[in-house]
Amino acid sequence: MMNPRTVQKIAFFSLFLSTLLIVVPVGMIVVIIVQKGLPAITWQFLTDVPRQGMRAGGIFPAIVGTLYLVLGAVAFALPIGLLAAIYLSEYARDNVMNRIVKLAIVNLAGVPSVVYGLFGLAMFVVWCRFGASILSGALTLGIMILPIIITASREALEAVPQTFREVSLSLGASKWQTIRHIVLPNAIPGIITGTILGIGRAAGETAPILFTVAAFYLPRLPKSIFDQAMALPYHLYVISTQVPNVDEKVRYGTAFVLLAMVLTVNLVAIVIRYKFRKQKKW
Amino acid sequence: MRKFGIENLNIWFGKVQALKGVSLAIEANEILSIIGPSNSGKTTFLRMLHRLNELEQNFRMSGSVLMDALDVRSVDLELLRKKIGIIFALPLPLPLSIFDNVSFGPRMHGIRARKRLTDIAEQSLKQAYIWDEVKDRLHESAFKLSGGQQQRLCIARTLATGPEVILFDEPCSGLDPVSTARVEETMLELKKDYTIVLVTNNVKQAARVGDRTAFFLSGELVELDTTDKIFTAPSNKRTDDYIRGKFG
Repeated sequence: MMNPRTVQKIAFFSLFLSTLLIVVPVGMIVVIIVQKGLPAITWQFLTDVPRQGMRAGGIFPAIVGTLYLVLGAVAFALPIGLLAAIYLSEYARDNVMNRIVKLAIVNLAGVPSVVYGLFGLAMFVVWCRFGASILSGALTLGIMILPIIITASREALEAVPQTFREVSLSLGASKWQTIRHIVLPNAIPGIITGTILGIGRAAGETAPILFTVAAFYLPRLPKSIFDQAMALPYHLYVISTQVPNVDEKVRYGTAFVLLAMVLTVNLVAIVIRYKFRKQKKW
Repeated sequence: MRKFGIENLNIWFGKVQALKGVSLAIEANEILSIIGPSNSGKTTFLRMLHRLNELEQNFRMSGSVLMDALDVRSVDLELLRKKIGIIFALPLPLPLSIFDNVSFGPRMHGIRARKRLTDIAEQSLKQAYIWDEVKDRLHESAFKLSGGQQQRLCIARTLATGPEVILFDEPCSGLDPVSTARVEETMLELKKDYTIVLVTNNVKQAARVGDRTAFFLSGELVELDTTDKIFTAPSNKRTDDYIRGKFG
């Protein structure tokens, strides 16, 4: 028999070690990318088009491309995802049909991203005849992040106490008024969280944009949503594996910008969420 | 004048029968107290008048509930709930300011004019005897009020919708004796203009405020009579036992 205090110490130590193990890789990724990428960041790098076969110049078109894709994906997925979440949480009765819908959403979240890419190619590029374009890419990314947004929003809606709904209904408010004025405002922080996760995912994925939008080398800004575009993750892949003799600095610089963009978006969303949370009165 | 007529009401939640063949009438401008131990169906009965039971997925009923000679199930739901207010067992302010809590009902019924809303709010808060305590802090969160204040705010919020009937579902179960006394005073005052149904676990409270008292047990209405009669000479032995505290 071991002394309970020894057991406790061992338990504490293994818990602490596991937590530390999570932090170490994340911290190292950030440190290495900042260390190697930061020297590459100049005004020219951020605002110029790639030159000399992407070995010099900047990455501006890829930054803009990624921004467009993320905005497009969220603009598509957030309204649809939120409305679906409201339906599932507030209106759907517990029957076979709705269980199938919920199961489908869970499975959608588990589909590998390259499969989304193929789907986007078949659905938007070929069948809808959008071609390889920002529209196709944004829609593909949008479908990929739908399950994240739906699941997070549904959980946020379901976390609003049932009593609030009863009180609102008991005062003669309609079901929609109850959702609009009581349930939704209190679910916003959770919905924002889901959207943040979706944005991070959409900004970072390569496979879904591979066949649907990403240009190998397009040293100009896209002209419309039917134009192809460069995007940071794909650009990073290209200069790391497809183009010989790219300076390491340029590669890490690109990675740094991608990381910084995702973190900035997250930070903005966290601030918004914090403001809403502070208003929360229960 | 008869406000409610309930005939042979049965209610089930799944396989459990919560009410068994209840028939009774509720008169206008009376306070009807409903007493009984837990699981006697008194809250289910109250929520039936307001059609809140329907929110449960496996709810079934038979029999009829008439309000002003109209079946409550045929009346427009929002209109019914505007006519009938309910005060829940725990104070349940909405996560809004005090003012927005009181004006929530009227706003949802389409009143937009700021002046109208302010007037309604002031009048309702006065009727619920809480105006003096909150008039300077109307835009603070309702959660900053004490439990007793919150409950009176909930009463004001219900009054603001302009109901004809107010249902109280154990309104004082979470309150201290002083707050309880204030809520009871409010109820007696409100009786002049409203029909009140009070479900309570507190037998003494029923004796203090009720005009008539009904005793529920295991989903059945055991006895209904004037409060004096119930508390001095009940005709059913089970009623007598319950009031004397022999069970429940």
